[in-house]
Amino acid sequence: MTLIRNALILAKKDLYSELKTKQVLATMIIFAGLVILVFSFAFDPANNTTKEVIPGVVWVIIVFSGILGLNRSFISEQRNDTMQGLMIAPMDATSIFLGKLLANFAMILVVECISVPFLFLLFNFKILGSVPLFILVLFIGSFGFISIGTFLAALAANSKSSEMLLPLLLFPITSPILIGVVQATRITLTNMDKVKSALAWIQLVSAYDVIFFVLCFLLIEYVLEV
Amino acid sequence: MIDIKGLTKQADNKLILRGIDLSIKQGETVAILGPNGAGKSTLLKVLSTLIKPTTGQVMINGLNLKKNQLEIKKLFGYLPHSSLLYDQYSPLENLIFFGKLYGVNNPEKRATELVKEVGLSFFLNEPVKNFSRGMIQRIAIARAIVHEPKILYLDEPHTGLDQGAIAILNNVIVSMKEKGTTTLMVTHDFKQAAEICDRILIMKNGKIVDDFKLKERNLDLVNDKYQLQVEGVS
Repeated sequence: MTLIRNALILAKKDLYSELKTKQVLATMIIFAGLVILVFSFAFDPANNTTKEVIPGVVWVIIVFSGILGLNRSFISEQRNDTMQGLMIAPMDATSIFLGKLLANFAMILVVECISVPFLFLLFNFKILGSVPLFILVLFIGSFGFISIGTFLAALAANSKSSEMLLPLLLFPITSPILIGVVQATRITLTNMDKVKSALAWIQLVSAYDVIFFVLCFLLIEYVLEV
Repeated sequence: MIDIKGLTKQADNKLILRGIDLSIKQGETVAILGPNGAGKSTLLKVLSTLIKPTTGQVMINGLNLKKNQLEIKKLFGYLPHSSLLYDQYSPLENLIFFGKLYGVNNPEKRATELVKEVGLSFFLNEPVKNFSRGMIQRIAIARAIVHEPKILYLDEPHTGLDQGAIAILNNVIVSMKEKGTTTLMVTHDFKQAAEICDRILIMKNGKIVDDFKLKERNLDLVNDKYQLQVEGVS
């Protein structure tokens, strides 16, 4: 219980801090908007084949705007050595990980809530599949990406070139998640005949999420060690 | 209160602490003096669980530092060179956040009291980023004692402070001492060390080379001993 309580205090601190500075979330939303705008110019929304790229665009937005947030997540704790303040507080390293994960996850959900309807609106995209299943795919895909990303952000934060290092580490490790969720998104948005295939992808991504979440949870103590 | 036996710390093939043996009783106010690179700050970092020792045993209040980190973290307050404060937060928000992490009862009330105690009640809701070095240090002191710790680790706390801030810091240390708090303070300011400490440790090359009690704020004794041990002047 203490673990979750401390994680919530930390997540609340990060989100409140974001509410005050509006640095990260604003950047993420602007980036998402730009991606949508560029794609809307590149592909003709009236063309039916354009609908095929929508699942990919959804995940391009999540992945790249997610990285913007992840990069700042631990680097923001370097100013005034506030990370040391967290490390000497009576809480486990896992609480710090969980708190950061919750804050990052909340921010990516906000980006998704704003950008995905905007994308569908701009491309005049009508969902032919299942909306709840699509939301589930977004949720598990984002969770897996953000949990691994939060762990790797902690790992990369001590490096001088952390902003370059994070994507380099993140993309190979999260590629199974990204492959799975893009496939599942495509099916849940456009073709419900292959729903069994979508469920198989969802199961694969969920299993990957659980395994890596537990691994990150166990290893974070060594990563945060000064 | 603090018992250290054979403590060593090695980093990149360099031995920073070379077998520290030290025992500090509850309520003592101890100053650690020594030249740069003597291992003073490293010793504080080991005691505050920020870095792990290579060998040796550290017992704090009867608890083993390696095995009982969570319990030990509740016992001490640590004030390093950096403030450990969030710039965008006000003093009140910073102290409430840390108070909650330490499980302080009614952190809002405690935070308000502390801000008043360090003389910044007019700046209760101003973001810390607008503060001067002295004001930041005052809030940093408040952060270190937000949970009323039994042990206080201070790393060069007087650096960059004006006379008013020094007086406030010294008052805090003395009032904590009256409550039975053990204080371990790394400093280069011999005058302040002589003023508030009752025991002096001199470190050189990762070892404690002198350890003596101080009576009647004898600054000359501190200077003489330091010159003898560090500069080799008798």
